[in-house]
Amino acid sequence: MHRFAKPSVFLKFTAPILPWLSVLTVILIAAGLYFSLIGSPVDYQQGHTVRIMYIHVPAAWMGLFCYVGMAICGAMSLIWKHPLADICARATAPVGATFTALCLITGSLWGEPMWGTWWVWDARLTSMLILLFLYLGYMALVNAFDDPERGSKAGSALALVGAVNVPIVKFSVDWWNTLHQPASIVRMDGPAIDPSMQLPLALMILGFTCYYLVVLILRVRLELNERRIRALHLSGMFDEHSTPAPPTEQSYDAGHNAEAKQ
Amino acid sequence: MTGFLAILQRDLRLALRQGADSVMVVAFFIVTTTLFPFGVGPEVNILARIASGVIWVSALLAAMLSLERVFQADYEDGSLELLTLSPVSLELLILGKVLAHWLTTGLPLIIAAPLMAVMLNMDQDGFAILMIAMLLGTPALSLIGAIGAALILGARRGGVLVSLLVLPLYIPVLIFGAGAVEAALLGISATAQLQIMAAILLLTLAAAPFATAHAVRQAME
Amino acid sequence: MADFSGSDLTCLRGERLVFGGLSFAAKSGDAVMLRGRNGAGKSSLLRLMAGLLAPRSGVLCWNGENINDDRTAHYARSQYLGHQDAIKPVLTVRDNLRLWGQLRGVRNLDAAIDEALVALQIHHLSRVTGRYLSSGQKRRTALARILIGQSDLWLLDEPTVGLDRESCAELAQLIAEFRARGGIVIYSTHVDLDVKNPTILDLDDFAIPMVEWLAEQDDLEDMTPAKGALSSQEAAQ
Repeated sequence: MHRFAKPSVFLKFTAPILPWLSVLTVILIAAGLYFSLIGSPVDYQQGHTVRIMYIHVPAAWMGLFCYVGMAICGAMSLIWKHPLADICARATAPVGATFTALCLITGSLWGEPMWGTWWVWDARLTSMLILLFLYLGYMALVNAFDDPERGSKAGSALALVGAVNVPIVKFSVDWWNTLHQPASIVRMDGPAIDPSMQLPLALMILGFTCYYLVVLILRVRLELNERRIRALHLSGMFDEHSTPAPPTEQSYDAGHNAEAKQ
Repeated sequence: MTGFLAILQRDLRLALRQGADSVMVVAFFIVTTTLFPFGVGPEVNILARIASGVIWVSALLAAMLSLERVFQADYEDGSLELLTLSPVSLELLILGKVLAHWLTTGLPLIIAAPLMAVMLNMDQDGFAILMIAMLLGTPALSLIGAIGAALILGARRGGVLVSLLVLPLYIPVLIFGAGAVEAALLGISATAQLQIMAAILLLTLAAAPFATAHAVRQAME
Repeated sequence: MADFSGSDLTCLRGERLVFGGLSFAAKSGDAVMLRGRNGAGKSSLLRLMAGLLAPRSGVLCWNGENINDDRTAHYARSQYLGHQDAIKPVLTVRDNLRLWGQLRGVRNLDAAIDEALVALQIHHLSRVTGRYLSSGQKRRTALARILIGQSDLWLLDEPTVGLDRESCAELAQLIAEFRARGGIVIYSTHVDLDVKNPTILDLDDFAIPMVEWLAEQDDLEDMTPAKGALSSQEAAQ
């Protein structure tokens, strides 16, 4: 476990996976898009609007999936003090937030022709909206510290607290909705889904998940490399104004100068 | 236990000497509530209909505003370091601080709430339930808020940040708190909502001190 | 007879390597003076010893037992004085001190506070609220805090800041008394504090060039050629 936590191991391990995963993502999404936009039948009730669902449902899935991922990373950082866990959680948040926002946008685009309104205070919509707020809170917290590591750690704690709260929020929103609005709204899961619709949906869900993995790996690599650059700057290796001296002595002195300037 | 009482006593004494804090929270609560009739119009029926929600939302905002100072002052003057380093468990000390925070903000809000309910023409059937619901809800707000207040220690723009973190987590308390009053006004038993609020309070009471202590220790590093 | 030791301590603050491979040992009655340039990690080491920070690697032991195994016991035996005085402006000197005594479960607290205030010659200020204290008086109040209750280890981070010459002499006297009782004092200072034969721990000796450390941690495995290229460049200069 900890062996894998070393940045160099992660970098080495992911380098060969990345191109394959990227190709797989492109294929899955391309195939998914073909089947959902052209290859699938038109719904007899919803017409072409049904095609929004092929984006909407995978996006909703990814929104939840990413949050669970963040919470697991938070737990790992708490229990094992795993440095990579914080970075992973941090890299996941913007992806999850984007998918959640995408889910809400496509949902309201679908709702306008179907329900005649852009937004209803339905339990599902509302809990997705709250999920988006949690993502935004996480990202704001993580970026609010001068020391990035402190930010990631605080974020991991928040992700865990949020994970405890998400079911409570979801459950209370359900309660609240049933109390005020009886189920008069057309439900997404009304008719059973036709097999011809299942295939594009499955392809899109897989494609989105792969896309997330690609972005995650890229972002973690970026963060690790940024850390190395910061570490090298701190070490004074790039300090051009240091006095000529034996190499080791020089970096030692420069390191102290860099520290003193902070 | 002496440690718990000691910190409680000190925080209460600080709040008293520094004064104004509790007064400001209540004043904020009253002013915010007063804004709603200007926004929705003075029609009595509408105001009576939204009274419970308005009171809860205002109470939520008022409780949140005072959160930042739970740990901030102690963090800045080094007291928090010493609290972390004291032989009494940090969780217990945090519980003491949260209780002090509730006594100086939550309790005054509960006392001010019926006044605002009268001004918003809320039906009298709801008063008792409103007070009970707030008695169960506001301690949970303080406990959840303490986690947020500890997480933002050392951050830039802490005050705005804490609201962004904490408000989504306050939603269940709002839903059931307003729901209980609503039920009472409709003449239905509000026991279910109150029981859930009690459950939320117990859950936060069990979990929040640990999460807060973890966040405080992190801030000390 | 107590002993406090640390072995192979490495400290990272944020992403900055402060020091590495640091070891020390102190016995009852010892004083350890920390020396080093700005940023050498004197404060970090003291925070590490107090248990506020966790070392990246290495262990701190009290009588051969890792302090992490029983944190409460370590907190109970040590007194930490940081850069800040932790004095509330609206509370009197006595009330400020009372909390810390109560948290340590000190019996006869009022007598103990009186004694500490007399020792630091600020007894006349006991009813004055924090906001009216000068910075030197605040520092003395903070020093009075560490006199309250039993302790075996003093960790003093720049205790002399804000103190005049006479107060420094008093502090040296307090330290001498504490050592005579078998206490261990570890302190950092920029002025000369008249402490008899302290062990000197120079943190500059434990500064590790970050590049070397990174390479050792095999964080930079794939960058070794780049590093080689750079050093040859430096050699060419």
